[in-house]
Amino acid sequence: MQIPHEVQARPDTGLYNAKLGIWLFLASEVMLFGGLFSAYIFLRLGADDGYWPHGLLNVPVGTLNTAILILSSVTVIRAWVALKMRRFDEYKRWMGLTIICAFIFLGVKLIYEWPQKFAHFGAILRKDKMGEYEKFLGNEHMKAKGLAPRNEISGHLEAVEFTFTGKDIAAVKIYADKKSCMVVDAPAHGGPAAPAAGHDAKAADGKLYKFESKTHGAGFWPSVAEGLEKIDGVKVVAFEVMPDPVNEDPTNADNEKPHFLPKHPNPKATPIVIKADDIHHWSAFVPKHSTYFATYFMITGLHGLHVLGGALVFCFLWGPGAALYRKNPEHLANRVEVAGLFWHFVDLVWIFVFPLFYLL
Amino acid sequence: MSSDPHSHEPVSHDSHDPHAPPANAHEIEHHIALYWKIGGILLVFTLITVALSYVNLDKLFHGGNMIIGMIVASFKVSLVAAIFMHLKQERATVWRFLYFTFFFVMGLFLLFWFAYADPIFGTHYWTH
Amino acid sequence: MADSHAHDAHGHDEHAHHPDLTPLGYIIAWTSSLLLPLLFFIGAAMAWKAGAGNVAAVSAFTGALTAVVFVAATLKKWWRLYVFSTDHKVIGLQYGLSGLAFLFFGFMLMMVMRWQIAHPGDAVPVFGQLLQWLFGEAAFSKDALGRMGMLTADGYNSFGAMHGTIMVFFGIVPAAFAAFGNYVVPLQIGAPDMTYPRINMASFWCFFISCLFMVGSFFVPGGAAKSGWTSYPPLSGIADPGSGWYHIFNGQTLWISGMVFNITASLLGAVNFTATIIQLRAPGMTWMRLPFFVWAQFITAFLLLLAFPPLEAAGVMHLMDRAFGSSFFMPTGLVVNGQLADWAGGGSPILWQHLFWFLAHPEVYVLILPGIGIVAEVIACNTRKPLYGYKAMVGAIFVLAFLSFIVWAHHMYMTGMGSKVSAFFQTTTILISVPSVILLTALLLSLWGGSIRFNTPMLFAAAFLPQFGIGGLTGIPLAFNAVDLYLHDTYYIIAHFHYVVAPGTIFALFAGIYHWFPKITGRHLNEFWGKAHFWTSCIFINGLFLPMFLQGMAGVHRRWYDGGAAYEQISKKVVFGQDSFYWNNVSSTCAFLLGAVQFIFIANLIWSIYRGEKVGRNPWNCTTLEWDAPTPPPHGNFDKELRVYRGPYEYSVPGADKDFTPQTEPPPSAQPQPAPEPALVK
Repeated sequence: MQIPHEVQARPDTGLYNAKLGIWLFLASEVMLFGGLFSAYIFLRLGADDGYWPHGLLNVPVGTLNTAILILSSVTVIRAWVALKMRRFDEYKRWMGLTIICAFIFLGVKLIYEWPQKFAHFGAILRKDKMGEYEKFLGNEHMKAKGLAPRNEISGHLEAVEFTFTGKDIAAVKIYADKKSCMVVDAPAHGGPAAPAAGHDAKAADGKLYKFESKTHGAGFWPSVAEGLEKIDGVKVVAFEVMPDPVNEDPTNADNEKPHFLPKHPNPKATPIVIKADDIHHWSAFVPKHSTYFATYFMITGLHGLHVLGGALVFCFLWGPGAALYRKNPEHLANRVEVAGLFWHFVDLVWIFVFPLFYLL
Repeated sequence: MSSDPHSHEPVSHDSHDPHAPPANAHEIEHHIALYWKIGGILLVFTLITVALSYVNLDKLFHGGNMIIGMIVASFKVSLVAAIFMHLKQERATVWRFLYFTFFFVMGLFLLFWFAYADPIFGTHYWTH
Repeated sequence: MADSHAHDAHGHDEHAHHPDLTPLGYIIAWTSSLLLPLLFFIGAAMAWKAGAGNVAAVSAFTGALTAVVFVAATLKKWWRLYVFSTDHKVIGLQYGLSGLAFLFFGFMLMMVMRWQIAHPGDAVPVFGQLLQWLFGEAAFSKDALGRMGMLTADGYNSFGAMHGTIMVFFGIVPAAFAAFGNYVVPLQIGAPDMTYPRINMASFWCFFISCLFMVGSFFVPGGAAKSGWTSYPPLSGIADPGSGWYHIFNGQTLWISGMVFNITASLLGAVNFTATIIQLRAPGMTWMRLPFFVWAQFITAFLLLLAFPPLEAAGVMHLMDRAFGSSFFMPTGLVVNGQLADWAGGGSPILWQHLFWFLAHPEVYVLILPGIGIVAEVIACNTRKPLYGYKAMVGAIFVLAFLSFIVWAHHMYMTGMGSKVSAFFQTTTILISVPSVILLTALLLSLWGGSIRFNTPMLFAAAFLPQFGIGGLTGIPLAFNAVDLYLHDTYYIIAHFHYVVAPGTIFALFAGIYHWFPKITGRHLNEFWGKAHFWTSCIFINGLFLPMFLQGMAGVHRRWYDGGAAYEQISKKVVFGQDSFYWNNVSSTCAFLLGAVQFIFIANLIWSIYRGEKVGRNPWNCTTLEWDAPTPPPHGNFDKELRVYRGPYEYSVPGADKDFTPQTEPPPSAQPQPAPEPALVK
């Protein structure tokens, strides 16, 4: 049985089946991303003052990725034109280029952009403990401008101070080794992290340990601290954080507008010590961190999945799927056109994603 | 709509070798330059978007940066849709669906915004 | 075009019967028939060792079933024929049978709840022990007399949430939209199959995966989702918390995952239906010659296509909230059990409600439109006269579909919307009653002056009209904010929307089953038992839902686990001279009887497949195209070239030799009139 209009267009609608199908699918995709962007609107409008961060993403890299997607949009349409002209070799070249663009885009995202976020640490302080950290929050600047105070300290995680109530500290040391970190005795500095009396006194050895990177000053991912917390007997007492410049003066216009490059913590600064008991919520710059990162990761993640899907389809049409050319070149051209339509849609979504997250 | 017949009129299989270039090959090739031109325009406008975001347009009117940024993005998107996705020459069947889709997605955005902008004091909607 | 004709003729010979599996296909089939059951058996053994006898039994049963199906399919070469078939009729039946099974399952959940409401704190009689063993301690416990099988409060919440989810997304949508749409639409438009047969198959199997998620969620620790079918956060965000695997294998997370698959299946189906109706209409089948059922399915598919994706987006966000600890729907300062919860905050529970109802209101029309379509077909055929106001009806469903996208927040008056937003949604909600009334009026007027054949499908279709009318008209007061605030959480709402979907859509489904059963199997369903099924169902279903209006207006809250026992003043409130318990009891008794009489239908269905009266192509003397196909239709559907010459409902045309003129019958004039559209290659 042959389904009509698989290759040839139906005269009255002017469409072959797959083309109508992809447009219907794209209509539903518009609604899918419509739902995601409406969440963005709702959450951004509803965010408390100062809770929608700026300048955390790398603008040149974002611009580069935008350019790569635009380029791939042109190359995929060139591939289709080549097929229409029945120039198979040319088709293979342009399609190959499109695939390379797609994987560069994904690579930049997965190897460079996302890990930078995973490496960043943010802690929202408890309202009643904010006074102790006033000097790190820069709230005097906020007050001077009549803005609501900030309650978050962000930066790179330098070390974690903890006590151990279990039997054998070796388990923690093995874990530290696995993460290229080490466990040392914490110096009795006079900071806020001095081992409190109370429940900490019951610790098996009562000692305060410090969990830090083997390469001094390199810091480690907050997920490592999460793993540490899960080890039986570990009680995190404090975090040592290399603060982001934004903490010094949050009202500085430089910090409100997008930075051309994200401002990284000054490695020569002294780390801030934040007591675990004073923190309401801490995490890396991942969806858990805030609604900003939740929407960022969700929308760029789903967009990335679309890029991956498109790239896989292109790989098929470039490789085994290209054999269709011998049997029915028009059919292959149709397939490339349909895949191309999807690809342009992915490009189109990115055109909105880029300014909304990177720039505005 | 009918100005661009080549994208819809299939190659007739019984009279031509399917592997021979179509009769309108010349026209198709003619479009290549257009595609590259549009690609270039998109790149330029990307740079314009980046540049504009460093200018404080909020001084002009409330939410200036956001509104102007979205206008530029919409312009770029309409170029992609019209030229790359051939919407300019597409048949009414597709357009009809897209009218509805556009209307509903705008309804989604505007009604969400409306719901946010019309709160009752002391309820969930009231965020300040 | 000549080429396409050649293609067609060639195609018919080549694909006269189903293709068999390739050698690789056989290798995969055999390995999976051994491996999949084995996996289930290993799961069963592990569950048994862990002391979860119920999970072990369910896994072992599933394993045995899988083994039987797989081995039989491989031995008898059923794979491409009945299991992974791309034929729209087989997929329609697959959807139909799973839909009916889920409708019955969802109904059983409700019967257990109705027992608890009418007899709070008593163990379920007869089945109590079985239920407690099957669903575990989370859902059932011993009652005061030590009998096993008393529904717990958690179990009640869980059953309530799953009743709603299963009935809407796993019962009615698959049965009304996917099953009838798949089976009937290509036949009615004269197509050989759906446009994308393989995507059609993918849609069913995607749906199948979502079924596994939903059914499986009853057997994870803590039981199935408990936060209502609407799954409102923050309740659904903090429900069933846990670490490790429990993070994923809990009722609420499985519910969301299942929904994401279900939505994907619906979207695939929606694309397919829309494209099929646009692309594969037979020559001469112009838009205004489409049977009304096809129009209803077209609009339904369109609603699903555009309304479901925002919920898919919301589902992904919800999954992230639960799996990655994000706070899309978790507000700042959320306190759980007296403690500030460890969420970043900044999210909005209202956002979920907006996204959910953006789907779920159009979903109401997804539930009802296929039903109206079926009823229109049955009424036109059995009154032996054309539908009254066919064009007005088509226009009405367009308006209905359009408006259904901008009325959603009338489900959210309770959230404290501002007066302007409320006014907007009240206005659109009142507007949408206009096309609904046009539809119902047109169907009612279609009866006028007809010589009605009161066979079983017609009885169900006729009963649909007043029952759907009650459901629709009782909705009008709810459109108004002021009234809704009072009635929203009472049984009045339950009665209102159940009248639309249960005595409404489900009766339409029965009408459809009795109407098309002869086409599907080549035999009639037994008429006497059909009528017995109809009259008993009709009485009990009204006995079930009518008292709820009275209770609701008296203020009986709709989420009371004990049916109001804890609220003396309400339970003693006089409703038509009786306290609310009396009416709880009436409703529940009718529910049990309604469940019991469905066995008449099941028995009739099975008996008639083998012993029913044999029929030819067109037993009801209908005009639409499906009755032109052989009975049952083969793969590829039609055995002749199709050309459509007339509208769908030419019954009792003056001067015609019989009281129906099929759409394919050429006009009497010697000169066949050309179709208004360009002639199409088939």
